[in-house]
Amino acid sequence: MGKRRGLEVSVGAAEAVAMADVDVIAAYPITPQTHIVEHLAELVNNGELDAEFVPVESEHSALSVCIGASAAGARTFTCTSAQGLALMNEIVYIASSMRLPIVMILANRSLSAPLSIWNDHSDAMSVRDTGWIQVFAQNGQEVFDHIFFAYRVGEDPKVSLPVMIHVDGFIVTHVIEPVEFWEKEQVERYLPPFKPISRLDPERPVTMGAFAMPQLFTETKVAQDMATTQSMEVILSAWEEIYKITSRRYRPVEAYRTEGAETIFVVQGSFGETLSVAVDELRAKGEPVGLVMPRLWRPFPFELFRSAVKGAKNLIVIDRAISFGGQGGPLAIELRSSLFGLPAPPRVINFICGLASRDVTVEDFKNIYERAVDGSKAPVFQEDFQFYGVRS
Amino acid sequence: MKGTKELLTWKEIIPGNVILNPGNAREYRTGDWRSQRPVWDFERCIMCGMCYAFCPDAAIFEREDGYYEADYYYCKGCGICAEECPKKAISMVEE
Repeated sequence: MGKRRGLEVSVGAAEAVAMADVDVIAAYPITPQTHIVEHLAELVNNGELDAEFVPVESEHSALSVCIGASAAGARTFTCTSAQGLALMNEIVYIASSMRLPIVMILANRSLSAPLSIWNDHSDAMSVRDTGWIQVFAQNGQEVFDHIFFAYRVGEDPKVSLPVMIHVDGFIVTHVIEPVEFWEKEQVERYLPPFKPISRLDPERPVTMGAFAMPQLFTETKVAQDMATTQSMEVILSAWEEIYKITSRRYRPVEAYRTEGAETIFVVQGSFGETLSVAVDELRAKGEPVGLVMPRLWRPFPFELFRSAVKGAKNLIVIDRAISFGGQGGPLAIELRSSLFGLPAPPRVINFICGLASRDVTVEDFKNIYERAVDGSKAPVFQEDFQFYGVRS
Repeated sequence: MKGTKELLTWKEIIPGNVILNPGNAREYRTGDWRSQRPVWDFERCIMCGMCYAFCPDAAIFEREDGYYEADYYYCKGCGICAEECPKKAISMVEE
């Protein structure tokens, strides 16, 4: 294994992108993504990374550049947050529909208005249905490892899809953590050169991204959906290979102290590490509580999720995003529907908190637990979900 | 080759819908969009070729005898030829 280095997570992420031997980077600066692309720009400028860095005038162009470069057979990277992602949105769909294995880090940030540079998952949930493979990383090491994972999975000819890595803005991107680097040879062995299924080549011309009649459109979308669903096999083997190299085990659904748990918290992103401390403290007091974290968001691992929460009476699902007028947060909506039809499904109690980086501490999670298991306390606004920590 | 593109199953589609054979837009039958069809009255036609020049879909061709006619596989029935014909030799007939 390589050296352990103490560095800002954003810098570690950029170093991993450089080690993945990326060919083209196109990005527009936006907080809290900035340090990732700034460091990549430095590496290119200093001659330490042989790649094209395209300083575009908008995120719409950033992803468009990546699409052109990827179509020509280049390994590409981009990175954005919130409003940048919103401006990029049109192209986000095109990247996946054209089946181009672009890798993007989304430094998760609240969508305006009001203007906020801080973290939540409203941007992540806005691209839920765009057809990208999506994973959540909780800390610097996970971000670092998942750069290699993302290229390996996305570029696999059985998959051929773009991959998005969700990282909580500031809470993860801007902290300094120890990150264990991989050796160059380990990266090379894990990540073979990109060999696209089709590519733009003047010697053998093809057309990409063309018009299709309705007679062909549905078949194209079914092929895309099947590739997304069937990517699971490639994803599992890519994580297995990471385990062999690093002894770090990644799973589609992570479970912590769920044995005999009557109540299970379900969260994504950086909530998980704080919650594990709350779970330890509650367990020490004899509370039968555990924690489940769906690392893989798309394709969603329905079966694995159902078996991870099997036997639980209560699920406390904590969302970091709102579906206005909907039945709770997007995570809760997804999980409820995955449990529908089970003979004795657990009760889903949905809390929304931590918007725009508002702190959610170990004490808060313990309060949420108390409120959830005490059925007598009425929800704040409506039956389906409740906001936690809101002044009334 | 005509129409084969329409019959591809989802398994046969090249990932990303990449097109390997150039010019296959020819295969698309746009003629079935048509609600009216242009019909030529060759008694009035003076072979000026205005219909050919104005057709936005290049769906009008010159016959060997010098008259013009539409290829109904592509003609969408827009009626521009009938509008532009200086001799009113083209009439639009309901399909």
